Amino acid sequence: MKLQAGLLAVVLAGSLAACGGSGGAGDADAAAKARGPITIWYSNNAEEVAWGKQMVAAWNAEHADQKITAQEIPTGKSSEEVIGAAITAGNAPCLIFNTSPASVSQFQKQGGLVPLDASYIEERSGEVARQYKSPDGKYYQLPWKSNPVMIFYNKKIFAKAGITNPSLKTYDEFLATSRKIVASKAAKFAIYPAPSNEFFQSWFDFYPLFAAESGGKQLVADGKAQFAGDEGKKVADFWRTMYQDKLASPEKYTGDAFVDGTAAMAVVGPWAIATYQGKVDWGVVPVPTSAGKAPDEIHTFSDAKNVAMYSACKNRGTAADVLKFATSKEQDGKFLAATGQMPLRKDVATTYADYFAKNPDYQGFANQASRTVEVPNVPNSITIWQTFRDAYSKSVIFGQQDTGAALDGAAQKVDELVKQS
Amino acid sequence: MRRGPLARVLGAHPIGTAFVTPYVVFLAAVFAYPLGFAVYMSFHDYFFAAPGAVVDRPFVGFANYVTVLSDPAVRRAFGNVLVFLVINVPLTVVLSLGLANALNAAIRWRTFFRVSYYVPYVTAAVAVVGVWLFLFNSNGLVNSVLGPLAPDPSWLVNSGLAMPTVAIYVTWKQLGFFILLYLAALQNVSKDLYEAASMDGAGRWKSFLNVTVPGVRPATTLVVLLATVTGANLFTEPYLLTGGGGPDGASASPVLIMYQRGIEQGNPDVGAAIGVLLVIGVLLLALIERKFVGKEDS
Repeated sequence: MKLQAGLLAVVLAGSLAACGGSGGAGDADAAAKARGPITIWYSNNAEEVAWGKQMVAAWNAEHADQKITAQEIPTGKSSEEVIGAAITAGNAPCLIFNTSPASVSQFQKQGGLVPLDASYIEERSGEVARQYKSPDGKYYQLPWKSNPVMIFYNKKIFAKAGITNPSLKTYDEFLATSRKIVASKAAKFAIYPAPSNEFFQSWFDFYPLFAAESGGKQLVADGKAQFAGDEGKKVADFWRTMYQDKLASPEKYTGDAFVDGTAAMAVVGPWAIATYQGKVDWGVVPVPTSAGKAPDEIHTFSDAKNVAMYSACKNRGTAADVLKFATSKEQDGKFLAATGQMPLRKDVATTYADYFAKNPDYQGFANQASRTVEVPNVPNSITIWQTFRDAYSKSVIFGQQDTGAALDGAAQKVDELVKQS
Repeated sequence: MRRGPLARVLGAHPIGTAFVTPYVVFLAAVFAYPLGFAVYMSFHDYFFAAPGAVVDRPFVGFANYVTVLSDPAVRRAFGNVLVFLVINVPLTVVLSLGLANALNAAIRWRTFFRVSYYVPYVTAAVAVVGVWLFLFNSNGLVNSVLGPLAPDPSWLVNSGLAMPTVAIYVTWKQLGFFILLYLAALQNVSKDLYEAASMDGAGRWKSFLNVTVPGVRPATTLVVLLATVTGANLFTEPYLLTGGGGPDGASASPVLIMYQRGIEQGNPDVGAAIGVLLVIGVLLLALIERKFVGKEDS
């Protein structure tokens, strides 16, 4: 992107905001009850598209006067940027089934979101819903589906390294196994989390292990950074050893290191199972902790995507109905079957027991789904993650600063960011 | 002679004015207005909002500039781009002039070479980056050739080498365009001058220094300015090659930081302040360069 283009993007979005259409409280009240055609966006991966199409067809068959027009989310550098631009331009659809929880505070600040029915959300998701509540006590996102991340391992590479029954519960075990893999040259690296500096990369290296080590703490809670305590420092030191001992690589990898066999392990959610089909003979275990907690005590990162209703929506009555229809027990079951991703419902494992009996590969993820940790729903969420990533990158991946000092410094900055509204 | 009201508005050459008008309108809409708006944003607590959303965007004076200038990541990014320009601009001038001179001579496969140098320029950055990663990864071709002399940490994850590697990559990628500029300029250098130099006993090198270099000076001025402006706008390469400005921000550019702050993090006012500072910096640099490189033109 050239400078002019950057300025132009910034300015055009601003101009669009200035020239935007009408709005206001009166309109919002009328829109909340209004029914009629609506538009929705869903993710662009093949399995979700297939689910989305059948859901839309099922709704449209019963609601000739309130039809859904659906499309995949337009391509851009990221979904969040596309959605942010659409909010500013006033052309966001009614519902987006691909809203990142990390962006909700920003979209809310932009005036782009509509508060949702709290009772339905809490009834459907139970205790997990609490993490998705905004600081004003309302829900601007419906917790929809999660991809609890776990450690996948390549059985063939492990066997080549002479490991038939892997033990990856503690950091020491994980490091010992990693050293054995690399020393035996069964794989070039034990594991290959993306080492790049994008704000979201910490969700797949530091954060799952921090959630597990801390018993389910978020990065920020009660207005304070949580990551600079003993648990966070243990996790940071663990990963630093992985990089220092060349068990993980600080270099960007183009492709999937796990599928290519460059790495013996990966931190991924159940969405990847379909990708690995026929390519990798894999096993899966929960993320490690320093003391080796029991699997049913392990928390992990949720990697959730949610549904939000956008303020550009005119027929919000219909949108609210569609939201409930698309996240009903029946549709959630179809979604699980089509994608392998976990609906953020109470008792997923028992509600869809038949599915898990037929698909045991997914059982571990269902068990893990009730102990997922979400990104904190706080103002400046993305700036907070970038601040953390910068410190992590410098100290852990590139070893240019003491991990404790880096986390302490980042925590101070994060505390300041949380205070800003 | 009295001029009518229309002539007073359109000037002495109304047809010329008519031809120029669309471009003036284009410039005003696409460059002048956005730039003015960016300056406005940089002095306000500005963020993007949905149409109809009631938001307060108060005037904050230089607060955004203070935020920007006190941010070590921004300062480092400006330093990085200076390193980039110090490597990229001279290298671009020397290589493109040298290669254009060679390609202008009657050599075999001339068209093939011209096309070869131009292909990277017109190929999408994402595709070309794959080639570069294949060359400069720790287990890439370059390190294989260097063997024990290969740097550790490797090129793109080495704080001292990341930005020079990006600078060399961009030089290579854009070379084709600058070679074309020089090839065009070389057509305007009179052959008589070369003959005169030859009669005076000048060899190829002396002819190059005393005839070619001064003969293409206007093109050199253009190449230096264009290389500076495009270099200062560096974004795609560090984003793709070094995963968002790594290691530890050693290859982050001001535009990359502007994108992070302005678009990703939802602070377009801070992003605009970075952009305004960058525009000022590039203008100053361009003035200095013009003073030195383009002195005979003025």
